[in-house]
Parts: sequence; C-alpha cells; structure tokens
Amino acid sequence: MKTKKIISIITSLALVISSSALLTSCGSDAESDNTLIVLNYGKYIESDVLKRFQKETGITVKYEEYESVEDMYAKYKAGSINYDVICTSDYMIETLRSEGELVPIDYDSLPNYKNIDPAIIEASSSFDPQHNYSVPYFYGTVGILYNQNMVDEETVSSWNSLWDPEYKNQIVMINSQRDAFMVPLKMMGYDINTTDKSQLDAAYNKLCDEKQFVYAYLMDETYECMVSEDAAMAVCYSGEAAMGMEYNENLAYTVPKEGGNLWIDSWFVPRTCKHYDAAMKWIDFMCEEEAATENFEYVWYATPNLKVAQYQDEETLADETVFPSKDTLERCDIYKAYDKDTLDYTTLLWKKLKAY
Amino acid sequence: MISKLRTRTSFLAGPYALWVLICTVLPLLFILYYALTNDNGHFTLDNFTAIADPIHLKSLWLSFQVAIITTVICLIMAYPAALILHNLKISNKSFVVFLFILPMWMNFMLRILAWQNILSNNGILNNILKFLGLGTIHILYTKSAVILGMVYDFLPYMILPIYNSLSKINDDIVEAAADLGAKWHTILFRITLPLSKDGIISGVIMVFVPSLSSFVVSNLLGGGKVLLIGNVIEQEFTLARNWNLGSGLSIILMIFVLLSMSIMNNEDDAGKGGMPL
Repeated sequence: MKTKKIISIITSLALVISSSALLTSCGSDAESDNTLIVLNYGKYIESDVLKRFQKETGITVKYEEYESVEDMYAKYKAGSINYDVICTSDYMIETLRSEGELVPIDYDSLPNYKNIDPAIIEASSSFDPQHNYSVPYFYGTVGILYNQNMVDEETVSSWNSLWDPEYKNQIVMINSQRDAFMVPLKMMGYDINTTDKSQLDAAYNKLCDEKQFVYAYLMDETYECMVSEDAAMAVCYSGEAAMGMEYNENLAYTVPKEGGNLWIDSWFVPRTCKHYDAAMKWIDFMCEEEAATENFEYVWYATPNLKVAQYQDEETLADETVFPSKDTLERCDIYKAYDKDTLDYTTLLWKKLKAY
Repeated sequence: MISKLRTRTSFLAGPYALWVLICTVLPLLFILYYALTNDNGHFTLDNFTAIADPIHLKSLWLSFQVAIITTVICLIMAYPAALILHNLKISNKSFVVFLFILPMWMNFMLRILAWQNILSNNGILNNILKFLGLGTIHILYTKSAVILGMVYDFLPYMILPIYNSLSKINDDIVEAAADLGAKWHTILFRITLPLSKDGIISGVIMVFVPSLSSFVVSNLLGGGKVLLIGNVIEQEFTLARNWNLGSGLSIILMIFVLLSMSIMNNEDDAGKGGMPL
C-alpha cells in the first residue's frame, strides 16, 4: 500500500515536471523569430560585438561555448539544444557534411561576405568543395612558440628540435591527437592526411620517443606555461602564441621549415536550425568590417576579413603570428576528415602514447 | 494510528526517492545499457572484456598504485594528527577541527591550480630551491605530483573519521591501562589503535575510492602524461566518442571499487564504522 502511494506520487511529480518542460519548450518556439542559439569556441568573440548584434537586430542571442572540437560534436549530437548557427574547425565541418547535418547558406543574403579573403574561401574547398555550407571566421597555423632566451631561432626552424635531449622537460607538446601526429608526419615529409598505417605507426614511434623529453601535454594552459617561463618551447596554435607574446616579450613564434597545419574555423548552419533568417543575420554581422575588427583585436587569430588590415599598425601587419605570410601558408596543409577506420586507428595510437 | 503516521512520514521520503530515481538509478541503467551494447545497439560483452587490453590493464594498475600510495600516506599523516588533536588539552577543540575543514571550503580546482604554480619548473618551490643554491627539481606533471595533489585533497577525509572514533574511546580505559603499568606504546597498539579501527576503515575507504576513480587531479597535475583508468574512461566519452567502451570500463571500475570496499568492510565488525557508508 505504502509503496504504491510513493510510486503514484513519484509518477505524478514526474508528469508535472515533464509537462512543464514541454510547456517551456513550446514557449521558446513561440518567440521563434527573436532568438538565436549560437555555439562557438570559448573566448572566441568580443562581448561588445555580441551586445551590439542584439541591440541592432533586436534578436536575443543564447550564446554557448565549448572547448574542443570533440566537445562540440558531443554537445551537438546530444541533441538537447537546437543550435541555429555553429562555428567549428575544417575537418569537423567535413565530418558533419558527410553525415548530412549541414544546411546550405544563402550567400545572397550576406552583403558583407564580399569582405572575406577569396584565398581563404578557396582554401576552404578542402572541406566544403562547392562552397555551399561555410563562412570563414578565423584561421591560423600550428607552430612552435619558443622563449628566445632559452632556444635560438635556428634550433626551432625544424620540428626535430622537439626531439633534442638538451631540452628534456622543457618541451610542451600539444594535447590534441590530430595536431600531435601532424608534427612527426610533417617532420618525416609525409602527408598530414595520410591514411597509410605504416606512416602513422612511424609517427607514433616518433611521439613515443619524444615523450621522455616532454614536460606536459597541454592545450589551453600552454600560453600561461610559456609566459611564466616554465618551458622553453611549445607546440601550439598561432592565436595562443600571439596571446603569450603579448604578455612576455621573450616569446616568439615560428612555423618550422617542414611546414605545418593551416586550419580554418567557419560558421555553418546545422540541421537543427529553427531561426534561419536570424542565423544569416548573425553570419553577415560577423563578416562586417567593424565587428570583425573588434573580434580580431580580442581573439588575435588571423582574420579572413580583408577590411581589418587597414586598422592595424605596421608592427601587427608584419607579425607572422596574426598575418601569416604567403610563404608560410604554402608550407601548411589543411586537415581532411579521417575515415572511421583511420580515426579509430589514430585514436588507439594516441591512447597507447598516453599510456606509454 | 501509527501506520497512518508512517504513511505520512514515508511521503516525506518522496523528494529523495525521486532524486535517487532520476539521478542514480536511471543513469546507472543508461550506463549498463551502453556497456552491454556496441555502437549499432547489438548486445555484446566486448566492453567488459576490453579491460584485458594492455593499455587498460596498465592504467588500472597505475590507478591502484596511486590510490594505495595516497591512502597509505594519508593514513600515516592523519593518525598522529588525529591523536594529537584528540589529546589537546584545550577547551575549544571544534576550532581545531574547523582548521582542518577550512581548506575544503575553497574550490578544489583552485587549490590544485595553486599547486601547479608552486611545483612548476619556474614555480615558487624551484625559485626557493634556486635561492638556497640547491638546484631545481622537476616534479610537476609526474606521478609524484598527482599523488601529492590527491593526498592534499583527501587528507581531511582521513582525519575526521579517525578523530571521531578516537573521541568515542572512553578515557577511563586508557587510564586503567596506564594504572596497570602499560607503557605508552602498549596503550597505543593494544588499546587505542584497535578501538579506533572503525574510523581507520572509514577513512581508508573515503580516501581510497575517490583516488582510484579520480581523473581531474591527474589531468591538472599529470600534464597528460599520467593515464589513470579514470582518464581512459573520460577520454572514451569525449575524445574517442565511444560511450559503449567508456560505460563498460566504468562498470568494471565500479566492481573493483565495490570489491575493495567489501574487503575493508569485512574488517569492520558489524559495521560500527565511524562514518556510515
């Protein structure tokens, strides 16, 4: 009797909770035209731009952040939130495209799209061949951030400096599977998108060999570690490097002579989008001269927006970290999405390396 | 009348029952479902047998090592501390207990981040050593740093139950032993220690279990070089997107936790432990 009563109470409570959840979700549908759910990398927008967008368009933005590409995929796939517009990296866009998750972008409704560098749009064809689905937001390279007091420029001009016993416990390696494998693959002259298992194995052996010299595998903490001079060199993204160089003038950044990775973060509209027009307004706003400049001056990654350069001083324009030279870009390749088999294989190798 | 009262009071258990249902039972069922299926939704036991994989065995073994060392260090530090605390002849003992709990009021991540700053290559510790002309040591992002972080974090969970069980010992017994000529070490090893066994067991469980499954401390102080079984599970859920394997390994880990708890609880006569579990 008692248990029956408890069960009935629980069921009624559960009903109440679920029905109120249903009501609120209906409620958010009703205010559809005036909201926009945005998903972006963390620390990847100037908050003022976000405020101005809401003020100028009258659209309420629900702004969400994520840390790594994998987090984004997990959040999106969990399906509990209907994102309207998302910014993520090249090979993940390719993965989502192959899964049929992308909605074409109406480029005619983006008057500011003309500000975007045609060279970067062209480079995007590696993950968006017909240019239907993506609008570039920022791009950058993967290279070595080093402390000029501890390492000289000549040493870091090649990736093999990361295997130099002299720098034992002074090397920060990038804590991301794809980027970590890129380093030995480039060093040995292989394609960074290779699916050849013997080449991947060779890269894995190199990384195992390197582990004894590695101080730590880091991502977001890299620049703090370099700023406080805990390590001599670090493999990291160009924006992370730019941020570090701003706090410690001994730091410098280079893309080694063997070349590296060029990555492009772009906006796309996922299948879950419920506010398509607002999403277009958002993407267009991100391409706008003023917004792009503000974002650039906050994020410090290379911007594909051609209008931004006119507001920058000589020193910034000459800075390889935020305005990579043509020569540097030619040495760099864009990641292609791995097929399932290769992805599983490299994931396994990465796990083996971590347990090594 | 009484039965009516019981029905009324059992109603009060409703919110908790609901909580347990939504936040404990359902998630466990989900995990069990994922553990028993592959990514096509077919039944499989592969996610359990995967523990035999050399990588997983290695990290499980490493987790056990770290958990055991952490527990032993905590015990060696906590028992004398609790004993001294108990024997303090001051009126306001709760203030001293408060001092032990105080660090726990600050966010645990912040305290671990502070350790990063202390132990790093160019950190506070190394700068002091350099100043004293003693050279530098490399400790951050090693197994030792992970153990240190865990000891720091879990020590209060060892001190408090031991202190509790020491407080329950009747002083007359200790006095009687002393009157009958027992030396201090006899009193310690023949009387105090056996009588505080329940507290020790609670403390050991409360330190051993979280350090066996922890992944946050090794993430922050291990620098991605110390792969505990908790890290493997975390990475299966995030990086590798293999929820099935992650769930399977979680259940295996839960079995290990339950096993070690039951072994220790067997030592605890009829569950008179200082802290209920």
